[in-house]
Amino acid sequence: MSVWKDICSTDDLQPDSGVCALVESKQVAIFFLVKEQAVYAIHNYDPIGKANVLSRGMIGDIKGEPVVASPLYKQHFSLKTGICLEDETIAVPAYPIRIANGRVEIQVSTVGIAKGSAYEGAGA
Amino acid sequence: MTKKQSLVVIGNGMVGQNFLASLVASHCKDNYHITTFCEEPRAAYDRVHLSAFFSGKTAADLTLVDDGFFASNGITIHLGDKADHIDRNNKTVTSAKGITIAYDVLVLATGSYPFVPPVPGHDRQNCLVYRTIEDLEAMANAAKSSKVGVVVGGGLLGLEAAKALTDLGLETHVVEFAPRLMAVQLDESGGAMLRRKVEALGLQVHTGKNTTLITDGAQCVNKMCFADGEELETDIVLFSAGIRPRDDIARACGLEVGPRGGIVIDNQCKTSDPAIYAIGECALWNGMIYGLVAPGYAMARTVVADLAGEQASFTGADMSTKLKLMGVDVASIGDAHAKSQGSLVYTYQNGASEVYKRLVVSQDKKQLLGAVLVGEVSGYGTLLQYCLNGIELPENPDSLILPHRSDESVGLGPDALPMSAQICSCYDVTKGAICQAIEAGCTSIGALKAETKASTGCGGCSALLKSVMDCELLKHGIEVNTDICEHFPHTRQDLYNLVVVEQIKTFDELLDKHGKGRGCEICKPAIGSILASYWNEYVLANEHLGLQDTNDTFLANMQKDGTYSVVPRITGGEISPDMLIALGQVGKKYKLYTKITGGQRVDLFGARVDQLPHIWKELIDAGFESGHAYGKSLRTVKSCVGSTWCRYGIDDSVGLAIELENRYKGLRSPHKIKFAVSGCTRECAEAQGKDVGVIATENGWNLYVCGNGGMKPRHADLFATGLDKETLIKYIDRFLIFYVRTAARLQRTSVWMENMEGGLDYLKGVVIDDKLGLCEQLEQQMEHVIDTYQCEWKTTIEDENKLKRFRHFINSDQPDDNVVFVEERGQIRPADDDERKHFKMMEVA
Repeated sequence: MSVWKDICSTDDLQPDSGVCALVESKQVAIFFLVKEQAVYAIHNYDPIGKANVLSRGMIGDIKGEPVVASPLYKQHFSLKTGICLEDETIAVPAYPIRIANGRVEIQVSTVGIAKGSAYEGAGA
Repeated sequence: MTKKQSLVVIGNGMVGQNFLASLVASHCKDNYHITTFCEEPRAAYDRVHLSAFFSGKTAADLTLVDDGFFASNGITIHLGDKADHIDRNNKTVTSAKGITIAYDVLVLATGSYPFVPPVPGHDRQNCLVYRTIEDLEAMANAAKSSKVGVVVGGGLLGLEAAKALTDLGLETHVVEFAPRLMAVQLDESGGAMLRRKVEALGLQVHTGKNTTLITDGAQCVNKMCFADGEELETDIVLFSAGIRPRDDIARACGLEVGPRGGIVIDNQCKTSDPAIYAIGECALWNGMIYGLVAPGYAMARTVVADLAGEQASFTGADMSTKLKLMGVDVASIGDAHAKSQGSLVYTYQNGASEVYKRLVVSQDKKQLLGAVLVGEVSGYGTLLQYCLNGIELPENPDSLILPHRSDESVGLGPDALPMSAQICSCYDVTKGAICQAIEAGCTSIGALKAETKASTGCGGCSALLKSVMDCELLKHGIEVNTDICEHFPHTRQDLYNLVVVEQIKTFDELLDKHGKGRGCEICKPAIGSILASYWNEYVLANEHLGLQDTNDTFLANMQKDGTYSVVPRITGGEISPDMLIALGQVGKKYKLYTKITGGQRVDLFGARVDQLPHIWKELIDAGFESGHAYGKSLRTVKSCVGSTWCRYGIDDSVGLAIELENRYKGLRSPHKIKFAVSGCTRECAEAQGKDVGVIATENGWNLYVCGNGGMKPRHADLFATGLDKETLIKYIDRFLIFYVRTAARLQRTSVWMENMEGGLDYLKGVVIDDKLGLCEQLEQQMEHVIDTYQCEWKTTIEDENKLKRFRHFINSDQPDDNVVFVEERGQIRPADDDERKHFKMMEVA
């Protein structure tokens, strides 16, 4: 069963950047887009660079798709699906995430590639 | 496999070397054992730019031979050993030192010697010639105790030599037998205009003078007496009255020579003995000696092609020239004297601006036969193409030399040139070759230069090359997309200007006004860098945080396993034992891997993100500050120990390096910037491989710019010489900000320079002569950057909020369990995959 797990306060997030949370022994990269007030969560492990670094990558969009660029070798991973844009056979898990009452909540029991559900719009 | 033949080249001058280089690049090089004799003590160097020797270039700068060229190509060179005689019966060459080499093929590239008129007294003290580096050294030596110098000969070389004497600080005269300067290339009015211009520069010109005697002077070492009874006192007499082919070795073995000298060759450059070729200034083709380097190179290519069994002929060469003589632009094309039958002449003379232009056209006004340009030579490329390719002239040919004061375009579009048109004469690159390179994907000037070598010789064709490229790209419908990325339809330079003009302070503001989407890892750091260069605000301020690459975000350099390396600033590479101990203690305490960098500082590896603030707290307490190794910014100013300790040091290189590093530290730029300062010309700091290099000389500091090591090394260009410190710093201020303003994203200064229209001269114009009127602004901006410098690490560790970022987990104090080290040579290193697995198994067990 999936349950929403409380992670941290929204104040702990970094504007237009990422942080990493430890959620049930998984490393989860959480990204916060200020303008859209959107949050995204994918696994922190870069399968190409083989290091836990994705939360430290730069975020942006490629043709509208929100992405993070790995800080090691710059491949793009979709923030919604975790799929690598340069090689679609590679993906990292993506997790449902939301903001509720100023708190960041995540579901991590989803196995494999989650469909992903970005939380968009404050207070919804 | 057939046995290799022996190929011997006599002479390692410009043409001899060009022949060797062409030969080893051809597929027939494996057919030959190659031997060459070089009379001079050093291998080939650039005689065309000999006068540069007196404006700061060294013999090493002038060399035309790549390091290891002879060894790596299996060529035996006998330096300082002159070929003495040829035995054609036994096919051997014997040198002055007694070495005898058998040849199957012999190439004579013996060049020429300066003609010294047989005037009584021509061999007196301080009567010199201008041909080799040894001649230059003799000149420099003689100049030390001299005040006046006279050049005999007012031709191309004579005026070059006059420039050298002027550079040596002498009162300089030119004495010419003909009634005008450059009599071969210029008509009377052109010569007169050139004379006015060089006289304005301080040169004293005497034409129509026939020297009859050189004897003892009263005030000077020598006195020259002329046929008209006048006299001229001078310390140095420098003969530059033309050249004569060196054909004595050919004469002695019975090869055919011309009545006035020169080894007779046919269209394949073969002499009267089919086993012997002659090329360059020693060769006489069709009754002509070619005293320019380009025809010599053409002959060299012909011989290589002939040896390779290809059809090739030397069929004469164009003698058109364009050059800068003592700062005056002069060009001559084809039949400058209108000797062709029925030719018509147009002239344009502008006394106020001292410009003179002359066109020689055919009787039907359809063909350009020749031209003379003095003072303004921008039309040279177009006119030369009309002349060489027989392109039909426009209805009013004079429109080509009249100044155009409206928008009318009278130039020859590159589209009108045939594919065979030679664009670069130094490397014989045709328009066809350039078009081919463009089709193969070269779409920038830099790429074209690298691929075709066009415009890498004298650089005279750079404007033409650019217009050919632009025209071809347009024709192919290749719109060169210079947008920085999909979010901004602008180049980095455009974005910089938008920030300045609209006084934009944040990425979001720029994105709202001029971009779309959210941005990406291309535009964000580029704009972050622009904002930092211009406003110089704290890079981790909330509105800038998301713009920084991971290295800038954590003010450290990410390594392959996600840990960071830490590099404190060690200005000029100078560090006290106490500071070194403090650094060692930090490294020891946090178990970091330590290594000395190429930039004379210490790199500490293996720091986890959560350790960085602790490490920096200790470093700052010990007196260190950020080294900006993570940023696209000034890295290091390397130095040698300089005059403080070194026996050879001329000036305090360490002191200057520290001052420069402190001045420019923290400056964000399009890419990283490296400096070096050497205390003498031994150049131990390798300043000529840096973006900015400074070398101490007896006369002050010499400034070099746009050098690079790394993937594509580039030797820095000598930018200015003999500077005092104040001027040096002013030039560097202007240079750096001009680079920051105008370079493309991630463009090092070397590539920036390669792609700059007008190249080094243009940059000098902007920085030294202030021809864009920008210098005050550039200096002000640099002052702003210097005044607002902060150590980013100091600011960061003082801000609780910023330190929140330096944890691996936002919700836990655990470190990253994927970071695993093993030991090697007494220090840590990241574990490899196998070691990591082993480690995990141990943990489980």
